[in-house]
Amino acid sequence: MAGGEACKGAFFDVDGTLVRTNLVHAFGFYAMNQGSILGTAWQTLRTVASIPLFWATDKVNRKLFNELFYRYYQGQTEDRLVVLAEELFQEVLRPAIYPGTPRLLDEARRAGCRLVLCTGALDLTMRPLARHLGVDDLIANRMHFVDGVATGRVVPPIIEGAHKALAIRDYCLRQGLALEQSHAFSDSFSDYPMLAVVGHPTAVNPDLRLRGVARAYEWPVVSTLEG
Amino acid sequence: MRNPPRLSRLYEATEQVITIEKDSPPRILFSGEDLLLEDLPVGTRVVYPRPPVEGLPNVKSAVRWALNHPEGCEPLHAKLRPGMKVTIAVDDISLPLPPMRTPDVRQTVLEILLELLADSGVDDVHIVIAIALHRRMTEPEVRRMVGRRIFEAWWPDRLYHHDAEDPEGLVQLGTTEHGEKVVLNRRAAESDLIIYVNLNLVPMDGGHKSMATGLTSYQGVKANHTPAAIRKSWSYMDPPRSELHRSVDRVGRLIDRELDVFHVETTINNRMFDGPLDFLVKREEDFVEADRLKFEGMRALLKRLPRAAKRRMLHAVPAAYDVIAVHAGRTEPTHKRILEASYAQYLVDVDFQADVLVYGIPYISPYNVNSILNPLLVQVMACGYFFNFYRGKPLVKKGGTLIVTHHCSDEFDPDQHPSYIEFFHRLLPETRDSALLEQKYEREFAENPSYVHMYRTGHAYHGAHPFFMWYWGENGRQHLGRVIAVGSDNEHVPRLLGWDSAKTLSEAIDMARSVHGRGAEIALLHHPPIVMTQNLG
Repeated sequence: MAGGEACKGAFFDVDGTLVRTNLVHAFGFYAMNQGSILGTAWQTLRTVASIPLFWATDKVNRKLFNELFYRYYQGQTEDRLVVLAEELFQEVLRPAIYPGTPRLLDEARRAGCRLVLCTGALDLTMRPLARHLGVDDLIANRMHFVDGVATGRVVPPIIEGAHKALAIRDYCLRQGLALEQSHAFSDSFSDYPMLAVVGHPTAVNPDLRLRGVARAYEWPVVSTLEG
Repeated sequence: MRNPPRLSRLYEATEQVITIEKDSPPRILFSGEDLLLEDLPVGTRVVYPRPPVEGLPNVKSAVRWALNHPEGCEPLHAKLRPGMKVTIAVDDISLPLPPMRTPDVRQTVLEILLELLADSGVDDVHIVIAIALHRRMTEPEVRRMVGRRIFEAWWPDRLYHHDAEDPEGLVQLGTTEHGEKVVLNRRAAESDLIIYVNLNLVPMDGGHKSMATGLTSYQGVKANHTPAAIRKSWSYMDPPRSELHRSVDRVGRLIDRELDVFHVETTINNRMFDGPLDFLVKREEDFVEADRLKFEGMRALLKRLPRAAKRRMLHAVPAAYDVIAVHAGRTEPTHKRILEASYAQYLVDVDFQADVLVYGIPYISPYNVNSILNPLLVQVMACGYFFNFYRGKPLVKKGGTLIVTHHCSDEFDPDQHPSYIEFFHRLLPETRDSALLEQKYEREFAENPSYVHMYRTGHAYHGAHPFFMWYWGENGRQHLGRVIAVGSDNEHVPRLLGWDSAKTLSEAIDMARSVHGRGAEIALLHHPPIVMTQNLG
């Protein structure tokens, strides 16, 4: 990274923007790796049964979705989650990195931006990816642990929607970055606040709704699907 | 005994400048994708293009002859040896306009070159499309340009686009005595021989500009595409009087000193339209009933079609260009021969400068093949290309009025021209000062990672390209007193460009006369096809 000389940031959503996965992939991976056959079967069944609930909640309230979602981590030990995060990266995330992702990050780095991943996923699952991509920082949700055991609650505020924008604004203030010169990249309309808060928003592999917004506001639309 | 109409026809066919009289027919002007039929004031002088120069009867044999009888160096086959590394660079489809009927002359030259290279045991050959900061072409466009056979055998491993933003793919060759950094495509720079296959549409193309601009980086283009260089270019269709070309020549000469470059230059005549559109290249005096019917039919069709459909239809019509010259060899002597042929086709001698100059802006420019002529490109055509179609003195006096016909719609192609949109809507409302734009914003746009990514992986022009387009109109803006857009469908586009607007051509002429007087001298540069004036008096 360009060290102290950077005065602008590039904030990247992860799921769907840089990698072909979403929260459910990570969650499914943890469910499938419970350490015992019975545990795995029970957690997998719970996960499958919860899919309609997740889908409906996501449509109504993203914040509620995240809260419900992370409750499924309750009872997992931190050590185990960290170990599984490495495996999750190797087995799920790494193969799912879009071919155009390294180039996009490199272009932002060459422009003198400080690279930051900004995601609603858990920080411990994102750290190996952040390390691999060579980004400078990570804004992500943090699981609340008591005596090394996950409580199933994330440390507030949950990083999603409007909170992503606030987190980016606070980050720029802390790091001395110019918000109006900074870039943000996302694939989803749910990240509209994060895109709108910076001077240079970009839609990446956008969903239909974001594509419409990007066209209306004349934001660039890029693809990472090809290298 | 000759009858008077025949005498009149003979006169009109031999003179390139016609003066409008009371009974003269109205003139056809492009207005974007539409055609206008306009009566011009009596006394208006209409400058017509020369008739098409006859094409070469056998282009393949002309190419072979040029390769075997090059200018200033040994024949190409004598340069070849087995195992050598060769890069063929080729112009992109920003020219000719409209794209020429297949086979494109580049395909013809490439087929001959590849056969010759294979026969000489040269296997390490890459074909690089020298796009500079232009957009990457689509696969169908590349296939159409090089032909199916070459495309299928070479694309995408050994036939690909130059990437001006690939840090690994560029190398700095040196610095000129004026401090211009010379940056070049690495594959080309590391080759034993570079063969540049060019197509000259207008005299500003080709020569040192091919290598110096086509295969360089943003920094390389930036060395001479500046407002200061454009201000000192009178015009950039006249290379010896163009600061832009003087800089490009310095860069090119350094490249020629460092590397072995063999140019194959070609040029074409001005047979832009034929068949149902051939009335566009005729003089209105020469129209017969069939031409009037074709015109009326086309005008009615265009009036009824939505703009996107009109655009698609017009872009789909290829031009019936003929190749009129092929020369090969070292850069400067080769280009000199091609320039002679190009000037012979385009130059029309004039001995006047008008107070008011009129021309229609068509639907196409070098930067919107298969896309939209957005407002910034309308400006490029008006104050850049068409204004610069002269040698000696401009066709319009200093402080004169330029009247252009175009709808000036606020319409952009977000895939091809993403940075143009931001330039037009964010920067132009702040300032039209080229020097300020260059100093304050050009680097920001050039480095914007989204624009860089779209240039490298999509089909977008480079982030800095709209700046060069704005600078391109700089000498026109410096020279002209006023620009009036006729037929604009909105108020804000002409205003952002610094232009006035008028509903009709006669209203625009009245506006111009209010400044230059009732006796103002009016001229119409009758495009298409291309015409350049020469006023050396």
